[in-house]
Amino acid sequence: MFSEEKLNKVKEIIARYPQGKQKSALIPVLHLAQEEFGGWLSSETMDYVASLLQITSIEVYEVATFYSMFNLQPVGKHVFEVCQTGPCMLRGSDQIIDYIKKKLDIGVGETTKDGLFTLKTVECLGACGYAPMMQLGKHYREHLTPEKVDAIIEECRAKAN
Amino acid sequence: MAEEKKLFKVKIDNISVEVEPGTTILNAARQIGGDIVPPAMCYYSKLKGSGGKCRTCLVKVTKGSEADPRPMPKLVASCRTTVMDGMEVANITSPEVQEARKGVVEFLLLNHPLDCPVCDQAGECHLQDLGYEHGADGTRYEFKRRTFEKIDIGDKIQLHMTRCILCYRCVFTADQLTEKREHGILGRGEAAEISTYIHKALDNEFIGNVIDVCPVGALTDKTFRFKNRVWFLKPVDAHRNCENPKCCGKTVLWMRGDEVFRVTARKDKYGEVEDWICNTCRFDKKEAKDWVIEGPRAVERHSVISQGHYVGVTKPKDTLTEVLDGRKPKLLMDIHNVSEVNRPGIDLSAIQGPAHSDDFNKK
Amino acid sequence: MGRKLLFDKAHIEGIRYYDVYRANGGYGSAEKALKSMTPEQVLDEVKKSGLRGRGGAGFPTGMKWSFIAKPEGVPRYLVCNADESEPGTFKDRYLMEFIPHLLIEGLLISSYTLGCNSCYIYIRGEYAWIPDILEQAIAEAKKNGWLGKNIQGTGFDLEIYVQRGAGAYICGEETALIESLEGKRGNPRIKPPFPAVKGLWDCPTVVNNVETLATVVPILRIGGDEYAKYGTGKSTGTKLISACGNINKPGVYEIEMNISVEEFIYSDEYCGGIANGKRLKACIPGGSSVPILPANLLLKTAKGEQRMMTYESLADGGFATGTMLGSGGFIVLDEDQCIVKNTLTFARFYHHESCGQCSPCREGTGWMKRVLHNIEHGKGKMSDIDLLWDIQRKIEGNTICPLGDAAAWPVAAAIRHFRDEFEWHVLHPDEATKRNYGLAHYADPLEIAAPAAV
Repeated sequence: MFSEEKLNKVKEIIARYPQGKQKSALIPVLHLAQEEFGGWLSSETMDYVASLLQITSIEVYEVATFYSMFNLQPVGKHVFEVCQTGPCMLRGSDQIIDYIKKKLDIGVGETTKDGLFTLKTVECLGACGYAPMMQLGKHYREHLTPEKVDAIIEECRAKAN
Repeated sequence: MAEEKKLFKVKIDNISVEVEPGTTILNAARQIGGDIVPPAMCYYSKLKGSGGKCRTCLVKVTKGSEADPRPMPKLVASCRTTVMDGMEVANITSPEVQEARKGVVEFLLLNHPLDCPVCDQAGECHLQDLGYEHGADGTRYEFKRRTFEKIDIGDKIQLHMTRCILCYRCVFTADQLTEKREHGILGRGEAAEISTYIHKALDNEFIGNVIDVCPVGALTDKTFRFKNRVWFLKPVDAHRNCENPKCCGKTVLWMRGDEVFRVTARKDKYGEVEDWICNTCRFDKKEAKDWVIEGPRAVERHSVISQGHYVGVTKPKDTLTEVLDGRKPKLLMDIHNVSEVNRPGIDLSAIQGPAHSDDFNKK
Repeated sequence: MGRKLLFDKAHIEGIRYYDVYRANGGYGSAEKALKSMTPEQVLDEVKKSGLRGRGGAGFPTGMKWSFIAKPEGVPRYLVCNADESEPGTFKDRYLMEFIPHLLIEGLLISSYTLGCNSCYIYIRGEYAWIPDILEQAIAEAKKNGWLGKNIQGTGFDLEIYVQRGAGAYICGEETALIESLEGKRGNPRIKPPFPAVKGLWDCPTVVNNVETLATVVPILRIGGDEYAKYGTGKSTGTKLISACGNINKPGVYEIEMNISVEEFIYSDEYCGGIANGKRLKACIPGGSSVPILPANLLLKTAKGEQRMMTYESLADGGFATGTMLGSGGFIVLDEDQCIVKNTLTFARFYHHESCGQCSPCREGTGWMKRVLHNIEHGKGKMSDIDLLWDIQRKIEGNTICPLGDAAAWPVAAAIRHFRDEFEWHVLHPDEATKRNYGLAHYADPLEIAAPAAV
């Protein structure tokens, strides 16, 4: 269940659209729910969102499974989403992905045993000029090198402690 | 005084027809009938918003309209493109269209399991017909096919997603016939699937209609599953006074002797349901005494089911001469004169039940 | 230095904030439009400017605006397409991050012209921090009377909302974007009806790219006629180019559309040449979906003329020897890059991003990816190259939306121009997994090639 504050935020989002078009708020509210409920969307969460927006559950499932940013399985605390499309590949994203795999001892799509890190490969994130890059939470980490990756991992570990 | 409605003149494969403004190319072609009607796997005239997705009905617009005669740059989906006055369309007369359609059939069959020998839809499957009429001989796909687990959605309907071609018809059906849709399209791209997400039984008096609208064997009637081949059954028109006010009660019973194997809605020659029926009629009334039988169902001689030599088989309209501007194709060989079994003197439709070789031996 | 219209004040400290933006002439164009011009007059200026859509298709903006239906009592909507997802393109991000008020001013003028009172900025979900920047700028503008009710006492009302997507390239297609904005799956609609008649919530809607809408500001500032004097021929004005790949200075550049491709790649003002002293092998000048060109065809057209950074010059020669300006995502490949691998990453991208609605794209993109994967990993057959060609041909033009074309073109162009490299991969499977094909003949006619690394 959302807190009072988040419920107000949902109301504010719904108010952006004309009367009766509250379904438009679905994607923003799913973002909100994912942030709020552990970084992923369980079917209970989605049913809850459906009830908030007065739409059927299947409408929420349809949307949540379409967009790649919604996680339908639990993920680690820090998700490394490394871009692997053309422009990043030209600047060595493959080496970065290999480095992270070795460093964290996980494969793509896997989470470390301590539940701290998940490695995902993603398609173009629109930072081609600053390649190789990855998304970490809300922000981009650009011009990646093995040293930078090390520093990011340390930073995340420090945050966890 | 009522204003006189202006009809649009359209020419499809050299055949002219006058239709009301707002008619789609596909429906204009259906008014002509015969070979020149583009195949449609996702369009369903009874379902609002359907069509445009499968791309089998692509045609070439060689002349946009009388006012703007420029041809359209790309092939268009005839099921969603409305006609203009003076429009000229090429379907079977365009090699480009034939080639593109062959491509579409290949794409549709790419991940299809081709398990027709064990599929209940075989014989009345639109994908079978499409592949037979427009497809290539083999596949060039050398990779593993996409597969899914079979799911029971309700105790009467089985979803075999592996066979699905994502026509979205069942989604529209649930949207338009039932109060609350519980299944939908999940996932994206190649991974898209029909599902309820968390396994749920579809429970609605009209949900059984998804079986009838499904062009392939993805949604099948579990009460008929593996019971018989459709071409061994005799379809008869029947009706009953259904208690459900929304149900028309007019059905087709698929029988052998006195046994009712399954009940479906009545379908027109394009395989579209004429009127929806409820689950009670479909699943629960499986005895001849439940029904008032009207007589044999006329089946268009088009699909494999017609191989059962049903009474009153109608031959599809032959448009070839018209398409060829009146020229008659040259007959290379009259099969009746050379065939040992297919004698012209034997009226196939007069034979009761499936034909046997004995029938041809009778002098 | 080339003349700048969008980035002319980008270097000013604090231009992201209202006060600095306003002090440097910001909202001057909006003031002029709202207070002294009718919507028709503004539309006329935009038409005169010759502005073409900067999102990729290059459709004349003034004409697009004039198509919008105006039925009585039905609201109209302006939607700003900030779903920048084409590999190689990252120009709108720069604009929104650093000069958000330029976009807001552009939205204000455009909404006034189109008669819209609500405007939505649909931004790709991954740009998660930019909505905050935009919302802050919107709040500032509102505080200063540039948004909300009765703007600057003119009686015109406008609200701007920012909507985040959630990771789907297809939502850059305007009808898919509208579907997504309505809270649905990003399945493109079947056209017609076009959004100008039936768009967002079935109301008349105009969808324009961020850069297009921002460009309306300088057009009003200097006048449509003056704007049309920038650039070359029908490619009027300036264009943002996001340069990436193997160059010395990747980044977003504003160019006047009168410079040559050669100047853009090699001059210090722009890309600064190929990185690490390598030589140029190929380039994709307009985002991943436009055809790739080998160096020899990139710098000069087939007629031997110098190729310019304009819509027309880049398209010179059609698909046989030309390409497209597209969205301005300029991807440069040096001599060490493998064309097959590059094509594979794009095929994988389109496979990942296909919405799955229509069959050629849903099935065809995955097929192409798998065949390319085989070739790249030494398991290809000679016939696979022809097969790829045939698959792309059967996707192109047969799909609901242009994603099918976008998926087909990179594969087609790679085979068209680099067939020998594909064949080499098939014939030398072991070698191909260890080293790259290299430059071959592609760069040979280059006269001003940078010296190779010593």
